[in-house]
Amino acid sequence: MFHSKAIEIAVGVFVAAGLGALFILAIKVSNLSAFSDEAGYPLQARFDNIGGLKVQAPVTMAGVRIGRVDKISFDDETFEAVVTLKVYDQYDQLPKDTSASIFTSGLLGEQYVSLEAGGDMDNLQPNDQFMITQSALVLEEMIGQFLFKAAEGGTE
Amino acid sequence: MEWLSQLGRSGLRFFERLGRGNLFLFYVLLGSFSLLGRGRLLLQQMYSVGVLSMLIITVAGLFVGMVLGLQGYNTLVDFGSEESLGVMVALSLVQELGPVMTAVLFAARAGTSLTAEIGLMKTTEQLSGMEMMAVDPLRRVIAPRFWAGFISLPLLAGIFSAVGVFGGYFVGVGLLGVDDGAFWSQIQNRVDFYDDVLNGIIKSIVFGFVAAWIALFEGYDTVPTSEGVSRATTRTVVHTSLAVLGLDFVLTALMFD
Repeated sequence: MFHSKAIEIAVGVFVAAGLGALFILAIKVSNLSAFSDEAGYPLQARFDNIGGLKVQAPVTMAGVRIGRVDKISFDDETFEAVVTLKVYDQYDQLPKDTSASIFTSGLLGEQYVSLEAGGDMDNLQPNDQFMITQSALVLEEMIGQFLFKAAEGGTE
Repeated sequence: MEWLSQLGRSGLRFFERLGRGNLFLFYVLLGSFSLLGRGRLLLQQMYSVGVLSMLIITVAGLFVGMVLGLQGYNTLVDFGSEESLGVMVALSLVQELGPVMTAVLFAARAGTSLTAEIGLMKTTEQLSGMEMMAVDPLRRVIAPRFWAGFISLPLLAGIFSAVGVFGGYFVGVGLLGVDDGAFWSQIQNRVDFYDDVLNGIIKSIVFGFVAAWIALFEGYDTVPTSEGVSRATTRTVVHTSLAVLGLDFVLTALMFD
C-alpha cells in the first residue's frame, strides 16, 4: 500500500473527476442549462389542434427564442387544447393582438410556437390569452385535403 | 428417474446459492453502519477499486467516443445531417454505452480483483481467523469493498460518457469538419437532463450495486481451493456481464417512454 496521504489525494482526484464529469454531462451535454428556470410570465393560447407540440418546446418570435411551453392541457367544454407559454420577463412588451401559431422546424423537425406581433398599443399582461391562434398543420390532413381536391378536380 | 433427480439437485443448488447471496447482501448492508466511523477503510478500497480503474475507463471512453464519431459521420453525411453527430454520440454514450461498458469493464478490472482477493482470504483461512478474533469479516472486509464499488461505478460511468463525448467531438469537429457550434447546440437541444442523463446515472447506480454484490459474493462463496478461486473469478466476469446486459434491457424498458 502507498503512503496514506497519497491515497487520499488520489481518491480525492477520482471523486472530483467523477463529479466533474457528471457536472459536464449535466451542463454541457444536456438541456439543463437551457431551462435553468429563467423567470417568465405565463400566457395562454387555445388551439384546435396542437399536433405534436410538447412541453419544453421553444416559443419564438422572429426566430429568436423568447420562452418555452410550460403546460399543455385539454378543455373538455370547448374541446380545445390549452397551451400555457412561459415568456421570459425581459420580453414584456408584446402587443395585445399578438398571434400564436404552431410551426414545424424543418420538414420533419420538432414543433414550436411562433408569435407574431400585432399593432395594438396595449401590451399582453400575465395570464392573458392570445386572441388569434393558428393550429398545427397535420401532414395527413393536408394530404387528405389535397387528394380530395384533386379527386374533385378530376371529375369536372 | 436419474435425470429428474439431477434436475432437482441442480435446482436446489441454484436456489440455495441464490438464498445465500441474498442473505450475504442483507448482512453486508446491515454491517455497513459500522463503516460510518471508519472512513479510512472505504478510502483505501476506493483507491484500489475506483482510482486504479480510471485509466482503462478513460481510454476506453475516449476510443468508443471516437469510433462512434467516425461511424456516425459515415451514415449521417449521406443524409446531409452530420450536425446531428453530437446528438448521436452523446445519446448513445449517456444512455447505453456509458453505464453498460463501464460496468463490464469494471467487472473485468475491479470485480475480478475483489473476487480473487476475498477468495484467497477465504482459502488461506484469513476470514475464519478474523472470526476467531471476534472481528466480523463482513463488516471489516466486505462492506468497505461493497460501498467502494457502489460509489465508484457511477463516477466511472460519468467519466466514461464525458470523455466519450469529447472523443466524438475531436473526431467529428477536429477531423471531419462538423461545425463546432452546431455540434454542441444540437446536443443541448436534444439531450434531456432528466430523461437521458439522469436515467443513465440511475442505470450505473444499479449496475454498481449488482457488480459489487456479485464480485464479493463469488469471492465469499468460493470453494476454498486454488481451482475454486479461479472459477469464482471467471464466474464474476460472466455473471456480472450477463446481469448487467439483462438489467440494462429491463431498465431501458421501464424508462422507455
